[in-house]
Amino acid sequence: LTWGLRWQLLASASYDDTVKLYREEEDDWVCCATLEGHDSTVWSVAFERGGQRLASCSDDRTVRVWQRLEPGAQEGVACGSPNPTWKCVCTLSGYHSRTIYDVAWCHLTGALATACGDDAIRVFEENAASPQQPPTFSLTAHVPRAHSQDVNCVAWNPKEPGLLASCSDDGDIALWQYQRPEG
Amino acid sequence: LIRSINDPEHPLTLEELNVVEQVRVKVNDAESTVAVEFTPTIPHCSMATLIGLSIKVKLIRSLPERFKMDVHITPGTHASEHAVNKQLADKERVAAALENSHLLEVVNQCLSARS
Repeated sequence: LTWGLRWQLLASASYDDTVKLYREEEDDWVCCATLEGHDSTVWSVAFERGGQRLASCSDDRTVRVWQRLEPGAQEGVACGSPNPTWKCVCTLSGYHSRTIYDVAWCHLTGALATACGDDAIRVFEENAASPQQPPTFSLTAHVPRAHSQDVNCVAWNPKEPGLLASCSDDGDIALWQYQRPEG
Repeated sequence: LIRSINDPEHPLTLEELNVVEQVRVKVNDAESTVAVEFTPTIPHCSMATLIGLSIKVKLIRSLPERFKMDVHITPGTHASEHAVNKQLADKERVAAALENSHLLEVVNQCLSARS
């Protein structure tokens, strides 16, 4: 589960291979979007600062990035639909050799960190954007034996850029200092 | 290791029933991975999940923590193999199942040595 601050959104990741988004409606919360695309359990989700994009990670060994689109922005969508839609704009595959248990999106630097069942931690950074092109990410850091067992969670420190915490089935919590590569 | 697991419905071991064939155990010590592929006795066997879970538990209890264990049904041999494989691959689901004392008891019975 994770909250999207600006839009008062709640996102949930599920065994049913989807991500669902919820918003408040009167006294209740209703499901306003279902994100399909992963081929297996989605273990975690993370919003980008600003809440316009969401990253999800899965047992299918991929990370997907979803972009929020204003209602009516997508062709073929019926007019009058009050909910924004979300479109998968990027899939990171081939980097992780086992289930990805957690993904964290740094609100200071925009870097994406992943916690993987292959005991490794990876960091991805977005490449300079071409205006009409979908986003692309590059792997900028890979620690193969970050822990001696599955890495279950990663979290960026909200105040200190590059400071990353991770925890594992091996019982350890580790703190890392990530340095953005030069050039 | 796998030989000595009992089928819950039959007092014989899995190997005697040809439920698990030894050739389908792949161990990669350098990469710390073990993959066990098992063939349920009948394609609709409802015990498949339990058999798979027992195999998984036996591996967890016997192998060093560094090992990654993959237990799945031999492709094409079971009607619900995708669903069963998915359950067995989910470590939180497996942990939750083993918190069920009744289920744990059944698993332990499957794993207990034959007299």
